[in-house]
Amino acid sequence: MRRDDFEDAERSTALNTSIDYRAPDALGHFGPFGGRYVPETLIPAMDELAAAWEAARHDPEFQREFAEYLREYVGRPTLLTYAGRLTEHCGGARIYLKREDLCHTGSHKLNNALGQVLLARRLGKERIIAETGAGQHGVATATACALFGIPCEVYMGEEDVERQALNVFRMRLLGTRVVPVSSGSKTLKDAINEALRDWVTNVRTTHYVIGSVIGPHPYPALVRELQSVIGRETMEQVRAKEGRLPDAIVACVGGGSNSMGIFFPFLDTGVRLIGVEAAGRGVHSGAHSATLVAGSPGVLHGTRTYLLQDGDGQVLATHSVSAGLDYPGVGPEHSFFKEQAKAEYVAATDEEALAAFETLSRLEGIIPALESAHAVAYALKLAPQMGKDQVLVINLSGRGDKDVEQVARLQAAREVQS
Amino acid sequence: MTRIGKKFQELAGGERALVCFLTAGDPSLAASEELVLQVAAAGADLIELGVPFSDPIADGPSIQAASIRALERGTTLAGVLQLVRAVRRRSQVPLILMSYYNPILRYGLERFAADAAAAGVDGVIPSDVPPEEADEWLTHARRHGLDTIFLLAPTSTDERIARVAEKASGFVYCVSRTGVTGAQATLPDDLQALIGRIRARTSKPIAVGFGISTPEQVRQVTRWADGAVGGSALVIAIARAGGPAPEIESLVRSLKAATRAA
Repeated sequence: MRRDDFEDAERSTALNTSIDYRAPDALGHFGPFGGRYVPETLIPAMDELAAAWEAARHDPEFQREFAEYLREYVGRPTLLTYAGRLTEHCGGARIYLKREDLCHTGSHKLNNALGQVLLARRLGKERIIAETGAGQHGVATATACALFGIPCEVYMGEEDVERQALNVFRMRLLGTRVVPVSSGSKTLKDAINEALRDWVTNVRTTHYVIGSVIGPHPYPALVRELQSVIGRETMEQVRAKEGRLPDAIVACVGGGSNSMGIFFPFLDTGVRLIGVEAAGRGVHSGAHSATLVAGSPGVLHGTRTYLLQDGDGQVLATHSVSAGLDYPGVGPEHSFFKEQAKAEYVAATDEEALAAFETLSRLEGIIPALESAHAVAYALKLAPQMGKDQVLVINLSGRGDKDVEQVARLQAAREVQS
Repeated sequence: MTRIGKKFQELAGGERALVCFLTAGDPSLAASEELVLQVAAAGADLIELGVPFSDPIADGPSIQAASIRALERGTTLAGVLQLVRAVRRRSQVPLILMSYYNPILRYGLERFAADAAAAGVDGVIPSDVPPEEADEWLTHARRHGLDTIFLLAPTSTDERIARVAEKASGFVYCVSRTGVTGAQATLPDDLQALIGRIRARTSKPIAVGFGISTPEQVRQVTRWADGAVGGSALVIAIARAGGPAPEIESLVRSLKAATRAA
């Protein structure tokens, strides 16, 4: 089946059901990446989850339910907005913004959290846990749990609890218990470690809502499919506005769920797919999160993928101005895309992202999340090199309200320095 | 047959095996060398050396903290192999490395199998590698005569137990409870049934670990299994003592005595 046919056939549903590209295999491998590297205790739960997901994605009732919640609760489809002044500013390609910032809770994260909570209900799990870095996935999961009245606990690094006080308060308001994690680097990586430890202990009653296309099989494929509604909508919308596919799509990559969501339906269509990682203070500074650009393959959090690690296989501390990109691993399918040249991966620094944050705010009246600002930053370089007849889509994965206070602090610090 | 298999054979008549876990490099590799010898002399039949890792998802607070201390002291997998070489010059106690996969991958599977065997390692427990992902490792391990010990858990289905046990060598490691490593007040109610399910599907020795810290727990467990693994209690005692000490010897002696009680 060609992708175009697929698009026509599946337009009305919220999930992919059939597609040319076959990865992952039955054990979750994307070429040499992916798989399941978890303690034995969790393997039967992974089998159970994979089986439940296979059943659910082919079940019209589940699809209908998921599509309805996406429409009536998340607010989908999200807009594809033509960015006129940004286009003029760059002087090249016509730029569109896929407006995931308009999703309920302010980012694409709710697509996945909602889908997984629906799945957990099918599995009869009575408790939900999740990890969060910046708090966006934690808020999305807390929201889905409030909607269905399911008890929820979110693990969050102590450092992030302090940095993201607003999102901590939002989660508590939604009835979720936020568990500060004081082990290791006290950030996202350690929150995932702690969530995995909870899950190993309570696996019989608990579903773990992983927030990105990471983790052991079936999570990377499951989250990809729950998020690929972004790409399918984009395809339909850009066709309606431009009468054709875009020339390039740019999205930020931390774990890689928003980028996977928008890339996946465009795979092998000839559209350039560009993932933008966080270069922090520079990819040679040692203070960055550019896993695909500067890392090497290894195993972390249950999957074989690119990592930031030292020569002895210990996972390195990372840095990014954006807490949502501050992660030393990446989804295994992105590693596969990199190796197969199905997508390109680049990095934008803290400075570039902060500048893009301001540029988009001033030119379009849209304050992006600092994560999404990395995608905008690369688009600012790419668009001028493209022709005026070309089309560029930026996945605006989230809105920047959560980051305003941090940016204000950084600006104040810069003024003091200069 | 490795020293592991021989040890279980040797014990098969009466007493059961006591397996002691220490985090290598906590508080230092030099101290670990002396600790291994002390623990072996006090009665440990087999010794598991934990290779420290930055992200130990299967470990509770005690072993996490020991890992961090060991890493802060600069412990690497190459250093742990040196420790094994040093111990081997002084003792024939069976030595097992328990490691998360990434340090081994980074070292190189083939090179690690060769170097570990040459250093005197008898077996490896890759704690986050299920048999489905272990084919490449198993090829190298077998070529170099290393046992690979896989974990089984209370959540493992009967069908899985058969499959995992078939790929394991040396012994199978039965995880007593759903959870991470760390001392617990009581043994889980379903442990005897779990050991029975494993016993029905393999003739390989069964050692039970996770949450076992007292002589009474060892006594109970070794009524059903061929061995008991003591980990966190020893790691805590080492953290307190900072090196070989009389209380470590008496802890190991009391655990070992419990394997003879049956």
